[in-house]
Amino acid sequence: MAVQEFVAPKSLPEAQGIFANDGSASWLAGGTDLLVGMRLGMRDPSRIIDLKQIPELMALEVSDDSILIGAAASAYDILHNSEIGSLCPGLADALDLIGSTQIQGRCSAGGNLCNASPAADSIPALIANGAVCRILGSSGERLLPVEDFLVGPGKNALKADELLVQLVLPKPMLGTSDAYLRLTPRTEMDIAVAGTGVSITLDTAGVCTAARVAIGAVAPTALLVEAAGQALVGSKLEDEAIDSAVTAVRAAASPISDKRGSAQYRTHVVGVLVKRAIQRAQARINAGAKA
Amino acid sequence: MNAKQEFKIVGTRPIRPDGLDKVTGRARYGADLNMQGQIYGHILRSPHAHANIKSIDCSNALAMEGVLAVMTGEDLAEPGNIVLGSGEGAIALKDLIPMVMSQGKVLFHAQAVAAVAATTAALAAEAAAAIEIVYEVLPAVTDMHEALADGAPILHSDRFPDGKPKEPTNLAAEITMQVGEPDAAFERADVIVERTYSVPMCHQGYIEPHACVVRVDAAKRVDLWCCTQGHFTVRQYTAAVTGISLGNIRVTPSEIGGGFGGKTTVYLEPIAVILAQKSGRPVKIVMDRGDVFRTTGPAPGATTRVKLGATKDGRLIAADVECLMDSGAYNGNPAGIPAFMATACYKLTDARSSGRSVYTNKPKIHAYRAPSMPQVTLAFELVINEVAAELKIDPLEFRLNNAVEEGDVNMMGAPYKRIGLRECLEAARSHPHYQSSVADGAGRGIAAGYWINAGMQSSATLNVSPDGSVSLLTGSPDIGGSRASMAIMGAEVLGIPLETIYPQVVATDAVGHCDVTGGSRTTLATGQAVIQAADELVAELCRRVALEWDVPEDEVMWSDGAAHHGEKSLSFKDLASRASAMGGPLTVSSSLNSTSASPGFGVHICDAEVDKETGRTTITRYTVVQDAGKAIHPTYVEGQMQGGAAQGIGWALNEEYVYNDQGVLENAGFLDYRIPVASDLPFIDTVIVEVPNPLHPYGVKGVGEVPIVPPMPAVAQAVFDSGNIRVMDLPLNPAKVAAAIIEAP
Repeated sequence: MAVQEFVAPKSLPEAQGIFANDGSASWLAGGTDLLVGMRLGMRDPSRIIDLKQIPELMALEVSDDSILIGAAASAYDILHNSEIGSLCPGLADALDLIGSTQIQGRCSAGGNLCNASPAADSIPALIANGAVCRILGSSGERLLPVEDFLVGPGKNALKADELLVQLVLPKPMLGTSDAYLRLTPRTEMDIAVAGTGVSITLDTAGVCTAARVAIGAVAPTALLVEAAGQALVGSKLEDEAIDSAVTAVRAAASPISDKRGSAQYRTHVVGVLVKRAIQRAQARINAGAKA
Repeated sequence: MNAKQEFKIVGTRPIRPDGLDKVTGRARYGADLNMQGQIYGHILRSPHAHANIKSIDCSNALAMEGVLAVMTGEDLAEPGNIVLGSGEGAIALKDLIPMVMSQGKVLFHAQAVAAVAATTAALAAEAAAAIEIVYEVLPAVTDMHEALADGAPILHSDRFPDGKPKEPTNLAAEITMQVGEPDAAFERADVIVERTYSVPMCHQGYIEPHACVVRVDAAKRVDLWCCTQGHFTVRQYTAAVTGISLGNIRVTPSEIGGGFGGKTTVYLEPIAVILAQKSGRPVKIVMDRGDVFRTTGPAPGATTRVKLGATKDGRLIAADVECLMDSGAYNGNPAGIPAFMATACYKLTDARSSGRSVYTNKPKIHAYRAPSMPQVTLAFELVINEVAAELKIDPLEFRLNNAVEEGDVNMMGAPYKRIGLRECLEAARSHPHYQSSVADGAGRGIAAGYWINAGMQSSATLNVSPDGSVSLLTGSPDIGGSRASMAIMGAEVLGIPLETIYPQVVATDAVGHCDVTGGSRTTLATGQAVIQAADELVAELCRRVALEWDVPEDEVMWSDGAAHHGEKSLSFKDLASRASAMGGPLTVSSSLNSTSASPGFGVHICDAEVDKETGRTTITRYTVVQDAGKAIHPTYVEGQMQGGAAQGIGWALNEEYVYNDQGVLENAGFLDYRIPVASDLPFIDTVIVEVPNPLHPYGVKGVGEVPIVPPMPAVAQAVFDSGNIRVMDLPLNPAKVAAAIIEAP
């Protein structure tokens, strides 16, 4: 079947109305997954609903206590937003690893999340930052943490009548920073063999008071590894604490072996990345404290 | 003959004539041509890697509105025992036809089994899906070692390597060469090193997929446009595969987006011809990226055992090489190269080298830049390095001690003429890269490489217009800058401004025969035809001037673009404008079968850093030294050296065909078939060494293939040197390197 219609609603109710009347319609945030899927014959929507005309989905707002990212806002706009870039440099790093500049001008964090690839770069960074999904359905709005939004490879928790509207991140406290690292055989134009997003908070004495560690490409979905975060809290990120976090992520990882890497290698390397991401976030906090 | 030494234009770096159209998007590649009334072909491919076809029913497809033709392997010629002679070697029709379309049996996944032509591409795809095929599925084998094991599925029950029927195996061919008494020589050796290295099957990775358009006229003459490295070969192969006579086919090459040896055969063209014949409409077929990987000829994977013996004084005295190569489903003849050429860089009077090739359920291999040579050189050069290390001799010095030079004889028996390996080694030794110290934690590797280089048949035509401009026509598709080189050589002989020469690659009926652009032969051989044609044009101009001035012909001299006799002169432009009054149109054609080829040698230096935790390798510095004989356009020569190094580095680090247990290629795309991107590579420094080829008027040696030969061992050696990391089974991807680090003593 070919696409019969392309529509670009200007408001949320208008978009919902169109979607509700057509089960074979597909949302288009940036289209960088949808169009590829259509070309490969894996997606076959009769109607495409562009989301980039809807103000709520394009929003980028930093308030006193939260960061609000519209689900269709482009990666380029997010990572070049100076406030978000300095508050969540790891999230910006993750988005900057996705595609070329041209692709970044179209693709979105919301789309990357809904596509639910186990290897998606922005998802571990969102989880590390405690991002929550604002979901609108015919019966109203609900909130769902990103780590619970992911159901399986390519599967998310959206019901047939639902739309991801925004991602809401708590604004990082003083002494907080994040990092995202991935391993790819090539420098770019590649997909993570393993990835990790880490957010940590240090008090003025350098003691870790909060930590979230998320891993990607080593399980059916990106995972929040709570035990790894707990291993860091209360420490000054000494080798021993980091080793415990590494042990926790390796225990949580359940990768497959495929053309991109063996399970054994992925388990090994995700630990290496977690260690380095913790150290990078720590260095960012220290650099910020000096500045 | 002695090569000319003084040049005016040769050796300069003018802007390439094809550059502007390429960077502005105007150049027309294979898929860019469309014709009035054109319809679209779609190829149905086998879902199985090994199967007998019990029946094909195309009636559903043919009944669809808008479907104008269908075809199967039955529409192609009977292969019998016909062997086609061609430029770079012979090919049996039974090895060629099934790579176009299977005839009764499927031997690799995605092999073509039928095709449809319809008014739209989508309809053609839909119709192809409606074709009903009954398969008898057979077990498949994609690993060449498993293919030789007892009980392996047999691909060809009627083929025997020595032609004598016996119990069938998957051994495709076997060849052993020997000089002297290697076994006795090993007994005299003070140091012996023996290692076995493996390289995976990989693809040329040209960016432009195969594409063609075919029109058949009312008189049944076939007009075919396609992207190819050799349109005369496309004509020959298409004629043989379709049964249409050669004289009824014209092939016009498009601009070409990479080939590297992979576009010296046919895949789509005979199918488009048959569909155009049946439908009466022009038919266009464009291959998609996945099918390029799944169904066109990759380079063979190989396992090579090399045993070398040397004496304490640093002399290499014995070699024993055994190379097993994966031929894919049909005979791609990879085994001769290791047998004949494995030892070609070194003075070895006692050596044995054998090559064997194996049938597996994968596409038949095809040429890739110095075919088979990088695979065997990987093992040979790494063992050379190990022998040098055991002897505590610098690896460059060890090579200099043993490098072949003029008069030495290799496995092929003919003595080398003036070659440049020694000069390359000396240039590498004195290069700042080799003189620099290796960064902490990094490693350095060096490797040498050889390629035989080809001559073969070429033709050129020069048509002079009344305004003094010259159309320079050849039949050698330009994959590496040959139009620029041809124009330079023509301008050098004629002494006219370069920009007055318009070099073009024209159709099979517009110029004399040219063999494929391959074997690093075009600048050498087609260049020779251009020089010869330009010499003849000068002679004709001098004859005309002698008549005009009534002076003896041999007293008229040609220099600086004009004929001279005493104080009198007549310029090329004047002679062109007065051609009609001085004997008629000025046009010269020249053809030859060049025997001037001289082997090429190169030496590469690679620095690499390995992340000891992740196993990820970064190439930090890379230098290519190569003998070009004479660089006609040095920028293009450097481009060849850099491009070959880039491809070799890719093969060393990440490129490989990954098959699942069903015989399906799992990484049929550039996302997971990882050729290097620009940021994966350092600046690749180049040093052109010029030891003129005495057999060529301008001293040219082929340069296109040598540079892919040394990178794999150079990279592997650098990785080893960075921390004792020995990977025996390439590629050196992060997982394998990490495993080697963990397992390291």
